[in-house]
Amino acid sequence: MLSLDFTLSYPGFSLSIQQALPTSGVTGLFGRSGSGKSTLLRVIAGLEPGAKGRVTWKETAWQNGTHFTPPHKRGLGYVFQDTRLFPHLTVAQNLAYADKRAQGLPGPGMSEIIAALDLAPLLTRYPSGLSGGEQSRAAIGRAMLTRPEMLLMDEPLAALDETRKTEILPYLERLRDQIGTPILYVSHNMAEVARLATHLLLINAGRITHHGPIEAMLSDPNLAPALGLREAGAVIEATLTRQEDDGLSQLTTSAGPLLLPRIEAPLGSRLRIRILAQDVILSRSAPQGLSALNILPATVTDLRSGAGPGALVQLRIGQDHVLARITRRSATALALSPGSECFAILKSVSVAQSNIGAISALEP
Amino acid sequence: MSLPDLGPLWLTLQLAAVTTLLLLVLGTPLAWWLAQTRARIKPVIEALTALPLVLPPTVLGFYLLILFSPNSSLGAFWVQATGETLTFSFTGLVIASMLYSLPFTVQPLQAAFESIGRAPLEAAAMLRAAPLDRFLTVAAPMAKRGFLTAMVLSFTHTLGEFGVVLMVGGNIPGKTKVISIAIYEHVETINYADAHVLSAILLLFSFATLLLVYSLNRRFPSGGRT
Repeated sequence: MLSLDFTLSYPGFSLSIQQALPTSGVTGLFGRSGSGKSTLLRVIAGLEPGAKGRVTWKETAWQNGTHFTPPHKRGLGYVFQDTRLFPHLTVAQNLAYADKRAQGLPGPGMSEIIAALDLAPLLTRYPSGLSGGEQSRAAIGRAMLTRPEMLLMDEPLAALDETRKTEILPYLERLRDQIGTPILYVSHNMAEVARLATHLLLINAGRITHHGPIEAMLSDPNLAPALGLREAGAVIEATLTRQEDDGLSQLTTSAGPLLLPRIEAPLGSRLRIRILAQDVILSRSAPQGLSALNILPATVTDLRSGAGPGALVQLRIGQDHVLARITRRSATALALSPGSECFAILKSVSVAQSNIGAISALEP
Repeated sequence: MSLPDLGPLWLTLQLAAVTTLLLLVLGTPLAWWLAQTRARIKPVIEALTALPLVLPPTVLGFYLLILFSPNSSLGAFWVQATGETLTFSFTGLVIASMLYSLPFTVQPLQAAFESIGRAPLEAAAMLRAAPLDRFLTVAAPMAKRGFLTAMVLSFTHTLGEFGVVLMVGGNIPGKTKVISIAIYEHVETINYADAHVLSAILLLFSFATLLLVYSLNRRFPSGGRT
């Protein structure tokens, strides 16, 4: 457990956090720019000596009254938004800088990290000669080589375009699942957080407003406005069971089979699918003659009408919850209320590849 | 044409080398502190460091002469400790030159450290590097250009020193008679030939050193890739 109880004030801004954070899995810290996400990370790292209060890692006080453990003794890894690779060292020397100072600590070795992040072709190059994505990978590798107790990542993908992001996300999933270092992941991009995080904290104007397991948070219609309505959508787990010969992949979910555009992964892979609320259509009766391939029986578990024309419906499909964003008029016409039975319809092609993440088995 | 006595030239090079080395040792921590500190006393220290830039060398020399004289407590202490006076000695010249050239060491270094900023040092701290380690492995290599500039400016500035030496060191051959004093003496005694030779040596040497620095600076752009 990482316990935080501190305040930090700057002119025009104050951060006040009383929160315990899990020390396993990936904890997403989500909030808009200026909400204090990065500053919170800096306080945990010990880079903001102006913070007043307590920071306790497991049983050890890092900060309490006049006691202050300096950043280099906290055993944390930090991936900065601007990578901060040392310009005077090659990628190999940057990695060795971390490795040399973490000798004897348990954790991944140099060759393991080079392989996991595909760094071998970059080793002899200087940071100034790398693309944005290559710099990010090198910075992530360097942070991992400090063999951190926890990895703090401050928008590590913010500087990258969508294609580069899609390239790097699988590496981060591998770090999460195979190396198992706990990660505190700051982002203002919900798609990234939904793919990587196991827990979610929402921060607004320097305060934590909500926190909990990601599945519960993302399928809570009351939180959707805070997360951004267009981005609202739940994540469900699925297993890849069959590759169809017409370019589709069949997945098994707790609610039954789901057909999605071809997913390049071995059969049996566990996947995490983010289903956007605006892509889900509801029907009271089993629809006939419809082009959409996925029609899943569902039960309404919650309904929230906003100030505008929209309503968010939380549905249970199998063991999972998803959200549907429909109009209030439709909700009234269909007479939806908690307990109503209905069908959730999802167009196969509406699920973008970037919303499908891999969960790899933890290797012994 | 016979060469003039080159003793003053060797003495000057020796003085400049010793002064530059000592300034590097003492000026680096001062420049580092000035670049990092948020203390209120910082502008006072900065102003004191910059004083030799604007003060006539004779004023600095005059105060040092008074400070070094065996009648002052420092001067008396020195005589008691070493049996020699600080005035009219090589040691006295070194101390005077260090004060005189201090801004030429501290200012380029401070600027170089400031331009590195906090970011790379924070990154090093997050890679488990302790403060001295961060300085030696990140700040110093990244400030390579600043070190080069500081060394060359301090060295060449000490070479050309005149007023302070005249006040504190006098004109003792082999001890305090540096090249600028020798040139002055040759001119005073209407020995223009020797003045020409020594002046030309100083001119060429200074130009060659500066040329070397500016060419090296082109080869290591800031950020300091090798």
